[in-house]
Amino acid sequence: MKARVTVMLKDGVLDPQGEAIRHALGALGFDGVGGVRQGKVIELDLADGTGEAEVRAMCERLLANTVIESYRVELA
Amino acid sequence: MKAAVTVFPGSNCDRDIAVALRRAGAEVTMVWHKEDRLPDGIDLVAVPGGFSYGDYLRCGAIAAQSPIARAVSDHAVRGGYVLGVCNGFQVLTELKLLPGALLRNAGLKYICRTVTLRVESQDNLFARGYALGQRIEIPIAHHDGNYYADGATLDRLEGEGRVAFRYLGNPNGSQRDIAGILSENGRVLGMMPHPERAADPGHGGTDGAAFFDGMVTALAHA
Repeated sequence: MKARVTVMLKDGVLDPQGEAIRHALGALGFDGVGGVRQGKVIELDLADGTGEAEVRAMCERLLANTVIESYRVELA
Repeated sequence: MKAAVTVFPGSNCDRDIAVALRRAGAEVTMVWHKEDRLPDGIDLVAVPGGFSYGDYLRCGAIAAQSPIARAVSDHAVRGGYVLGVCNGFQVLTELKLLPGALLRNAGLKYICRTVTLRVESQDNLFARGYALGQRIEIPIAHHDGNYYADGATLDRLEGEGRVAFRYLGNPNGSQRDIAGILSENGRVLGMMPHPERAADPGHGGTDGAAFFDGMVTALAHA
C-alpha cells in the first residue's frame, strides 16, 4: 500500500514562494489566478500492516511541523 | 565553564562558535550527532549554524531527530543552558524547546549581510555583555529566518520579556522584528544572527565578542 502525504502551510501563514509563483503567472498573462499556495507531497511505500494511524503519527512527529503546516493523508 | 558544540552533517559554523567560546574562556568539546549523551558537567550546549542534513524536509527537522538532539533536549529540560544560532535556532524550534518556526525569508532571497540588532532583554545570562537597548552590528546569513508564531504566542513572548534581540530594519519579514527569543526559564536562546562571525577584528566587526565574553563569564559564576 502507498500513502500520499500532502503538507501545506496553514491558512494565514505567509507563503512567499506561492506569492512569487502568482506574480510569475501574472507576468505570463494568466490573470485569472487569485492566489497560489505551494506545498509538498511525500509518498510512502508502506509495509504490510502499516495503517493510517501510524502515517498520521509520522506526520505529527516529523513530516509536518504543525506549528506552521497542515497535512493530509491519502492511502491507495 | 564547560561548553559542548553539536556537529551535524552540514554544520558549518561549529568551529567558528567553538573558537569564539574558547576565546571567551570556555572549555569546549565537539559532540558528533550520533552521540547519545553529552560529556559530563556541561554548562552550555551550542547548536551551531549551517545546513544540517542539507536542510532536507525542513531546516533543522532531521537534526532534531538525531541521537544528540535528544540529549540536548534532556539537558534543557533539566534546566541546562542551550544556545542555538541560525540553523541551531531552527533545530531548537523543531525540538519544541522554543516556540514558533522559521519560514522562508519574505523576499525569498538568501540574505548575507551585517544587520543592526537592539538588545531587548537583559534578564538572562546570555546578554550580560550588553546593555539593555544597546545597538549591535551582527551578520546574518540565512534563507529561512522569517520568525513566525501565532499572535497569542507573540504576545506571551513580549509580555514575559522573552524577545532577546530585535532587528532594526527587518531584513526577512520576521514577525515583530524578532531576531532571537528565550525559553520560558530564560536558559534556552535561539537567534538567527551570528555573533561568532563578529568576534574577531579579522571578521570586520567585533560586536559579537561581548556576547561570548558576557555569557561565558556569567555561566562560570552561575
